[in-house]
Amino acid sequence: MNSAYLLRRIGYGLLLMLGVIVLNFLLIRLAPGDPAVVIAGEMGGATEEMLASIREEYGLNKPVLTQLWIYVSGMARFDMGESFFFNLPVSQLIAQRIGPTILLVLSAQLLSIVIGVFLGVIAARNPRGPLSAFVSIFATIGYAVPVFWTGIILIILFASAFPIFPVEGMQSIRLRDAPLFTRVLDIAHHLVLPAFTLAIIYLAQYARLTRASMLDAMSADYIRTARAKGIGERKILFSHALRNALLPILTVAGLQFGNLISGALLVETVFNWPGMGRLAFDSILRRDYPTILGVLFFASLMVVIANILTDFSYRLADPRLKDET
Amino acid sequence: MTFLKQITAAALLASTTLAGQAFAEGGTLVIATTQTPRHLNGSVQSGIATAVPSTQIFASPLRYDENWEPQPYLAESWETSADGLTVTLNLVSGATFHDGEPIEAEDVAFSILNTKEHHPFKSMFEPVESIDTPDTQTVVINLSKPHPALLLALSPALAPVLPKHVFGDGQDPKSHPANSAPVGSGPFMLEEFTPGEAIVLKKNPNFFIEGRPKLDEIVFRIVGDPSALLIAMENGDADMYPFMAGSQEIRRLEKDDDLAITTEGYAAVGAINWLAFNTASPKLSDVRVRQAIAYAVDRDFITKALHRGVSSPQRGPIIESSPFFDETIPAYDVDLDKAKALMEEAGFGDGMDLTVDYIPGPKEQQQSVAEYLKSQLKKIGINVTVRAAPDFPTWAGRVGGHDFEMSMDVVFNWGDPVIGVHRTYLSDNIRQGVIWSNTQQYANDKVDSLLNQAAVELDTEKRKALYGEFQQVVATDLPVYWINSLPYHTAYNKKLLNPPQGIWGAMHPMDMVEWSE
Repeated sequence: MNSAYLLRRIGYGLLLMLGVIVLNFLLIRLAPGDPAVVIAGEMGGATEEMLASIREEYGLNKPVLTQLWIYVSGMARFDMGESFFFNLPVSQLIAQRIGPTILLVLSAQLLSIVIGVFLGVIAARNPRGPLSAFVSIFATIGYAVPVFWTGIILIILFASAFPIFPVEGMQSIRLRDAPLFTRVLDIAHHLVLPAFTLAIIYLAQYARLTRASMLDAMSADYIRTARAKGIGERKILFSHALRNALLPILTVAGLQFGNLISGALLVETVFNWPGMGRLAFDSILRRDYPTILGVLFFASLMVVIANILTDFSYRLADPRLKDET
Repeated sequence: MTFLKQITAAALLASTTLAGQAFAEGGTLVIATTQTPRHLNGSVQSGIATAVPSTQIFASPLRYDENWEPQPYLAESWETSADGLTVTLNLVSGATFHDGEPIEAEDVAFSILNTKEHHPFKSMFEPVESIDTPDTQTVVINLSKPHPALLLALSPALAPVLPKHVFGDGQDPKSHPANSAPVGSGPFMLEEFTPGEAIVLKKNPNFFIEGRPKLDEIVFRIVGDPSALLIAMENGDADMYPFMAGSQEIRRLEKDDDLAITTEGYAAVGAINWLAFNTASPKLSDVRVRQAIAYAVDRDFITKALHRGVSSPQRGPIIESSPFFDETIPAYDVDLDKAKALMEEAGFGDGMDLTVDYIPGPKEQQQSVAEYLKSQLKKIGINVTVRAAPDFPTWAGRVGGHDFEMSMDVVFNWGDPVIGVHRTYLSDNIRQGVIWSNTQQYANDKVDSLLNQAAVELDTEKRKALYGEFQQVVATDLPVYWINSLPYHTAYNKKLLNPPQGIWGAMHPMDMVEWSE
């Protein structure tokens, strides 16, 4: 692989991040409402002097461009500032939550790719069969239904009718002091519903995409050749056709990462998952600028990293792209 | 001597009520809440979210029983001088902070002055001029004028005793790092605080009251979504849900055989749901228009139909469960003819347009009532536009900025009228940009004078009379139309003994709470 390409890709990524920081900073200030009033409200009222001292303390009395400069130069030193609401470093708040969010997003990504591709492959085997029709219908529904609705339906279903999965939180409070293995199992148990809810939209997309690109691949000459050589149908499907059909899936998987993160925001809120999504949601309502910006920064960072990785994996998967710069 | 009597009485009472019940040693209490505290220091922050954990972590000079009577806590006795200008607290000896340092008079003095300067409720300690500490166990509070609300302001929810050696280091108390990692003086010590998610408190083994607390651990789980919280209660993942106010939630948990539901414990907080009028608006400056609106609205419909009978009507500015509430104030029972006549007299016989805002929150208490007002006021010729706010900051900006005509709001009494009631009606508390001040811009010299007299009147009966007169005047002037008291309920596991009750409910040390069996 070409290291100049790598450096250029990372350079673009950094530029993009700078743009994200500046744009987010300015956008957030367009929202109506004054953080000082919210803080005073949370404190239970205030005097004019108190409001002024809050604005002073958080630098809200300075011109927006000065505030922007302070923020950007802070970020350059990896200092994301302090939450207006909690008076704690934003980095600390995010560190407490980024783990659960990554766990949720990666689990959902894995679930949707594995199940989606599997369904797509079987559907492609017999494009006019009932299974194929089922995959198409399932995919349409899965894609059309909003995640929070799916989440709420699953909660209703599993809270009362089949109480086999916990419907809120990430771990049982009463197992906090249990041995590690028990705790891991407990977290996995809690992960099932939120991960599935988040996975369902993308699962449907992967299934459709896999089906389409498998059908494409299956009609290619090399498949006919493979058949003529007497290779088993399963081997043809999974090692010959799928390998070639995977490229578009890989691209989509990378692009979907951003959507997954924004989907996680809703899913976390519905399932009370202790991740960054809930923090972002609450911070917006509180006009806690540094915290919102911090969460957005990390979300964008994850997307940028995912896109760079996709680019590279694409090159690994398709030898023809290797020398392109 | 009195103290000894009190202790004996308390011990007797405890032994009779608890006789025959078996207890479990220690154990964990999981409290589920939708409230997110900013931090855990109630000295610089008001509100339920902070007060509930803060009262477990910090002790205070006094605590209150269910009859609004002060009881010894860090102060084993106290006395007010005859002129009301000096209050002396005698502290228990041997009490220590969670880091082992002794709790001394210096710390109590520091804490009261810190609260005076940095807590938003200025009226609590405003008359405190200075505090003397003649020895390590004696605190002498010097007042500029008599201050009958002082003792209530020394409650756990309002006057946490902080270690001076931690909080007195010169950093800004409002954003002090120890607010989120406090060294406390109360029955429980902070073990873990994940802002917005969980608070874990462990038993303080050196608590100054022998044999308490009973529990090993209290865990607060902050759950954003109330429906998730209900499921946690039903599944037994949480043991207690205080400050529950939704009728659906209450009715649903009532059906659960393992849970008990109570309305006890909310007398002091006194949460009132009301319709505020901007009396500076030309349309609402005429008292007859405000009275016409009051005659057109049916409180019973709101409490019985909209709130499914879980809330109760509230007729005046002081919560009806307070000893200061005056039964005889006008109630404005529905009378549409009278309402129309008043509109006619005020010169609005042809009707008018008004907007109503509402504080974002539980739909049932705010938005539904606002929509009901729209249909009801149409009957007397008022066209109401309901102006929704997407979130709290937007609403707070409008109401604080006096950019509203009518607004639904929830405001707390906080125990003594001086703390939570005066702020809404005193004309010197009209403050631009500040919510929960006198945003109605109501000014009446008579009211100012009655409130200022009541604030310094030491004789409870005379004080009641002053507040009685005040309630008559504002109930006639109607800067606010009071609708209902917020239907706060606590749901808790039936196996829990001594659940938080009294006047402060969960904002009171839970050192007596324990598990049966």
